[in-house]
Amino acid sequence: MTLPEESIAAGSAKLAIRDVSKTFQTGRRSIRALDHVTLHVGEGEFVCLVGPSGCGKSTLLNIIAGLETPDAGTVLTEGEPIRGPGRDRMVMFQGSALFPWLDVLDNVMFGLKLKPGLTSAERKEVALYYLELVGLEGFLHANIHELSGGMKQRVALARAMAPNPRVLLMDEPFAALDALTREQLYGDLQRIWQERRKTIVFVTHNVREAACLGDRVVLFSPHPGRVREEFKVPLPRPRDINSVGLAEYSTLIMRALKGHLREPEVGE
Amino acid sequence: MKRVLTAVLFFAALVAAWQIVYRARIWSPVLLPGPGQVARYLWDTTFAASRPGPGGAAVPNADRWQLFLAIGVTMKRLLAGYLIGLALGLPLGLLTARFRPVRDTLGILALGLQGLPSVCWVPLALLWFHQSEGAMLFVVVMGTVWSVILATETGVRNVDPIYVRAARTMGSRWLHIWVKVIMPASLPFIVGGMKQGWAFAWRSLMAAEIFVTILTGFGLGQLLHYGRELNAMDQVIGIMVVIVLIGLLTDKILFSPWEAYLHRRWGTAR
Repeated sequence: MTLPEESIAAGSAKLAIRDVSKTFQTGRRSIRALDHVTLHVGEGEFVCLVGPSGCGKSTLLNIIAGLETPDAGTVLTEGEPIRGPGRDRMVMFQGSALFPWLDVLDNVMFGLKLKPGLTSAERKEVALYYLELVGLEGFLHANIHELSGGMKQRVALARAMAPNPRVLLMDEPFAALDALTREQLYGDLQRIWQERRKTIVFVTHNVREAACLGDRVVLFSPHPGRVREEFKVPLPRPRDINSVGLAEYSTLIMRALKGHLREPEVGE
Repeated sequence: MKRVLTAVLFFAALVAAWQIVYRARIWSPVLLPGPGQVARYLWDTTFAASRPGPGGAAVPNADRWQLFLAIGVTMKRLLAGYLIGLALGLPLGLLTARFRPVRDTLGILALGLQGLPSVCWVPLALLWFHQSEGAMLFVVVMGTVWSVILATETGVRNVDPIYVRAARTMGSRWLHIWVKVIMPASLPFIVGGMKQGWAFAWRSLMAAEIFVTILTGFGLGQLLHYGRELNAMDQVIGIMVVIVLIGLLTDKILFSPWEAYLHRRWGTAR
């Protein structure tokens, strides 16, 4: 393989989220999306943020991505404060956000073309490498609207991985897929994560999905968005979403989540 | 093939109905000439080398090529006005979409003036530019530019913000976002706007040519106008048929390839 070493070298970064708060104004009401949230993510760790809608988990992801700025608190990658979006943190969105005016290969090339220090031949090689990793080497010149939902998310994964970020941010990437496709992607994502060793922050409202994918599951509660509890998932990998052990463990998390939703914290 | 056949049958039936009404002599043939007379007019102003003169002897046809010359004159005016309209409308539309103060000023002006039928510009153009090519160009540009501004603005403002967010995370910034994301993302709207602009330019020019009588070039609108002056209904209807055909053809030649591309790439409706 003649790929530029830097482009596929495994590498990850740790994240430190300290005392982050964020309030949105909608009309006359103000919504406290995040309230003094502190969270540490280790190098190469797979962390799932779980909670009902409105708990601020997506807001936190956008803040880590640099697409939004917190009202208070700091977010550090490798000890450096985040200033806007950066190639070291790539995002995978729920709606894939692929560009319909480009074909599959050019979508993956988009981020690579913005990465300095690569020849165009190297860029193409890197793009092909990641498209092969997600199993889409046969669809290089397909149009986006011709792909199934699962294939779109595979392209989105390849596009996010191609510039070789140190952190991968995933915002409910599988929420709109059918169960069968989703199960397949759980397997693929675990395999790719073990191969590539990225730090992954994965937002979902599906507890079972979180338990299947994450090293750690962080529970959020809404109004205001707060971290309520953390679970270190003790199950061996690769995990099967349908296994009994996983079902039992996610029941445990589910019960905790429901408990937090029922009894609001003192002082609210 | 079946679709072509349907279309051919439909138009053949239309011409046949016309011929029947003409034959029934419900209206004077001066007011309603038959399809044959209109075809004769079209032939005489295009390819006919000679026509029957007094006493049955063929004389050289002075009107030969007249229609083609008129089409040439009209298309030149149309293209000039349309291109100026696009060159002004596209950038102004981008600015309108991007900057709120521009939207609150130029945007409202464009919305208002787009609703003004372009023929309303003719009196003003005549006083400012007199009977000149400039007056004609002015009317066409005024008829085109506002709708192009509005279509471009709509296109840009309808770009899903997630595309811009995704591009930003991949390291895309200002100019790169505009050129590589917002412009291509709004392409379906912009092509729609260009098409609408073309239709408006075409209508404006016909209005201008009918009312602005000048000697620097005899366009289709002017032929139409003189057809009325001379009570030559075959000329009036013939020119109208030509105008309709040109509209259909330009749509197929100018815009169908774009729409086919968008359909293939984006999966948008054809």
